[in-house]
Amino acid sequence: MIYLDLMIGFLKVGLFAFGGAYGAIPLIRDVVLSYGWISDEMLTYMIAVSESTPGPIMVNMATYVGSSQAGFAGALIATAAVVLPSFVIILLIMILLKRLLKDPYVQAVLRGLKPCIIGIILATGIFMILQRCIGSFSGISVDPTAVIMTAVLAAVYFGLPKIAKRALSPIGLIGISAAAGIIVYGLI
Amino acid sequence: MSILPDLFLTFAKIGLFTFGGGYAMIALIEDACVEKKRWITHDEMMDVTVIAESTPGPIAINCATYVGFKQKGYAGAAAATVGIVLPSFCIIFMISRFLDNFLEIAWIAHAFQGIRIAVGILILDAAVKMIRKMQKRPFPLAVMTASFIAMLLVDIFALRISSITLMLAAAAVSLALYIAKGSGGREAAGK
Repeated sequence: MIYLDLMIGFLKVGLFAFGGAYGAIPLIRDVVLSYGWISDEMLTYMIAVSESTPGPIMVNMATYVGSSQAGFAGALIATAAVVLPSFVIILLIMILLKRLLKDPYVQAVLRGLKPCIIGIILATGIFMILQRCIGSFSGISVDPTAVIMTAVLAAVYFGLPKIAKRALSPIGLIGISAAAGIIVYGLI
Repeated sequence: MSILPDLFLTFAKIGLFTFGGGYAMIALIEDACVEKKRWITHDEMMDVTVIAESTPGPIAINCATYVGFKQKGYAGAAAATVGIVLPSFCIIFMISRFLDNFLEIAWIAHAFQGIRIAVGILILDAAVKMIRKMQKRPFPLAVMTASFIAMLLVDIFALRISSITLMLAAAAVSLALYIAKGSGGREAAGK
């Protein structure tokens, strides 16, 4: 049943989403692809939409996937499910277990989790770029347009803070890449 | 204004005006809850930030739950948390009804093809920033490298291994090391 799947899928995301806004993206990708809810391509569109609208990315993605799969009720269930684990955990920490986070065993678990998440986020970012530029493992086909656009956008995003001493915001990069997409893909 | 609607509206305002989520929201929450409303102190705000980094979920939601519970127990926690989530819920729900239709318009589809490339760069950037901040010691570096390689292989060969499995494995290794080293080696294991 779709409501139950949405609930379980996004409870998992909510429970394991350590590591800030981008920590949740590999998890959400895992869940939505394994249930076959949306394609990898649609997922990147949604990340961009979530980044360009107010609110935490993880919550935005849950609302979006829930709504696309099962309308308003689906959106409600997915959003509640993604928020619930952190809500409950904060309450537990405040009521019962103020010292829980200082417990050496909990600390040991967190010491393993944090670097693992960084590795996972790094792999996800690199894989998404590779996928766009050279296709999938089963069907490698280099897309020169995508390679050039990746190089130019990366140079602008990572180079601008060094030249102009002013960082480009994520929304700024999304805006520039959208304009570049309209020009480049419109002309081809 | 009584406290429940006040909590709800204050956090709804924060939810409506923060783009990009995460740390962008902390500044707004600090301004509203510490400076204006004096619901929590600056030190408590620091505490919540530390707790939020060690617990799952968006930091803004963790803050809302914390402040709400401190002011008015479970009802307060619920009011503040629903408040911070509601604006983006409404916005995204509306967008989700129209995005498929938008994507059928040629120039918008082209724009999103460009955006796809930006998203990869943004995720890469998030990882790079986290690597810069992390402790450059053998254990975290080894865990990071191992999970990076494992996750990349999982993605490339479309293996049916979840990132949650990798996270549980990393946590188990770290815990096992801590227990194995015992009290004598705790310092070494911990760093």
